[in-house]
Amino acid sequence: MTTDDPTRVETGTLRVKTGLAEMLKGGVIMDVVNAEQAKVAEDAGAVAVMALERVPADIRVAGGVARMADPTIVRQVMSAVTVPVMAKCRIGHFVEAQVLESLGVDYVDESEVLTPADDDYHVDKWAFDVPFVCGARDLGEALRRIAEGAAMIRTKGEPGTGNVVEAVRHMRTVTDGISWVAGLRDEQLHGAAKDLGAPYELVRWVHDEGRLPVVNFSAGGIATPADAALMMQLGCDGVFVGSGVFKSGDPSSRAKAIVEATTHFEDPDTIARVSQDLGEPMVGIEISEIPESGMMQRRGW
Amino acid sequence: MRVGVLALQGAFREHILLFEALGVEVEAVRLRDHLAELDGLVVPGGESTAIGKLMDTYGFYEPIRERCADGMAVWGTCAGAVLLAKKVVGGVADQRTLELMDVTVRRNAFGRQVDSFEADLDVEGLGGPFRGVFIRAPWIEEVGEGVDVLAEHDGHVVAARQGSHMITAFHPELTGDTRVHRLFLDQVVGAPDAAGMQG
Repeated sequence: MTTDDPTRVETGTLRVKTGLAEMLKGGVIMDVVNAEQAKVAEDAGAVAVMALERVPADIRVAGGVARMADPTIVRQVMSAVTVPVMAKCRIGHFVEAQVLESLGVDYVDESEVLTPADDDYHVDKWAFDVPFVCGARDLGEALRRIAEGAAMIRTKGEPGTGNVVEAVRHMRTVTDGISWVAGLRDEQLHGAAKDLGAPYELVRWVHDEGRLPVVNFSAGGIATPADAALMMQLGCDGVFVGSGVFKSGDPSSRAKAIVEATTHFEDPDTIARVSQDLGEPMVGIEISEIPESGMMQRRGW
Repeated sequence: MRVGVLALQGAFREHILLFEALGVEVEAVRLRDHLAELDGLVVPGGESTAIGKLMDTYGFYEPIRERCADGMAVWGTCAGAVLLAKKVVGGVADQRTLELMDVTVRRNAFGRQVDSFEADLDVEGLGGPFRGVFIRAPWIEEVGEGVDVLAEHDGHVVAARQGSHMITAFHPELTGDTRVHRLFLDQVVGAPDAAGMQG
């Protein structure tokens, strides 16, 4: 930092990147595909929106290669709402990430919902001022993404299914991993780092603090207020709802109900009240009916 | 002394941890009944639209104003600053606020996330620079009579106080530096005539 700046201004620091995720905690981030949906999400109390060309359920149906959204859609969503706007790039596609940063999005999701662009490497997220959120199924995967510069983690679940079982599995797996590391003796931590495939310093941090170094949201299959509260009770900091809102019968009411259930996740009376009269939820998919090639969670490593 | 942190959404946990570190009795406020015994309340950072809607749904606006009339002190950080202001610009059309301070706050005034920054601040009464963390931060565009400016950055007011109400555009709860929390407890909550200084 130069000496002629007495206030030592810095942008893109880890603290401002992780800080935005801290501000989103206890909230719901909703997938939207246009400005109208973005307004519905904001009006319902979403803390941020994810601008996409298609929600994951439609990506499943469409097949083919799923890519970063058209910048026109991202721009329209950004000008429609005042809450933060996130957008997805393909795993390893650092140029899509550069484009999203150039558009001014508030968070980039390096996402397994899109078709991976690199079989070996995720994006070097330290190279960006815009913060990144990445998916993970277990502690090692979460710490690898954090080592690459992710400022926020979301457990993957299985996107576009409306089936919460994988979200639960991944949340429990991360939590169990943290408990395991926290209970180890000092001399075991190098071995744990090797087993997890994660840097020793981050494993040490998790051991000392008993939590992930960044905010962890839950994603992939959340379709009802009770689903959202379930994930919150399992220990996540907030939830992503992808197809669950706009693939349901009454998106506005459902969005609002999921927001309330996320805030009052420990209050069954509130969850009961907000779950009434929401119309049809999205049609769910049984995980065992998805072919191996259709499992989005296996993308990334 | 007993303080509460509005825990509807946002960075409430960080405020609670800092108050605990200072040895203060602190409570997460999720329902309006939790306001009853408080000497001070923090409206934390988060998304002001989301927090504002939840405050509306769970009927917080009038009870907070009533408790303030009884002398409860309030401190708003970032989104909380937006929610304490009499007037908001750059927000959603129907943004409702507590209207506790005679200030105009501009939402996201410093820009989007890529413009978020840290900077050293000279905060009135702290003695020595304070590292301000600004995240999609607002600034305080106009201050009315009786509002004291506590800090500025780049020509913009980023902290202010009016009687028993205080706002900061930045996030002291993200720094681990307890001095602004101490200042709130000692000089705002603990002010002997706090109840008589309503703005």
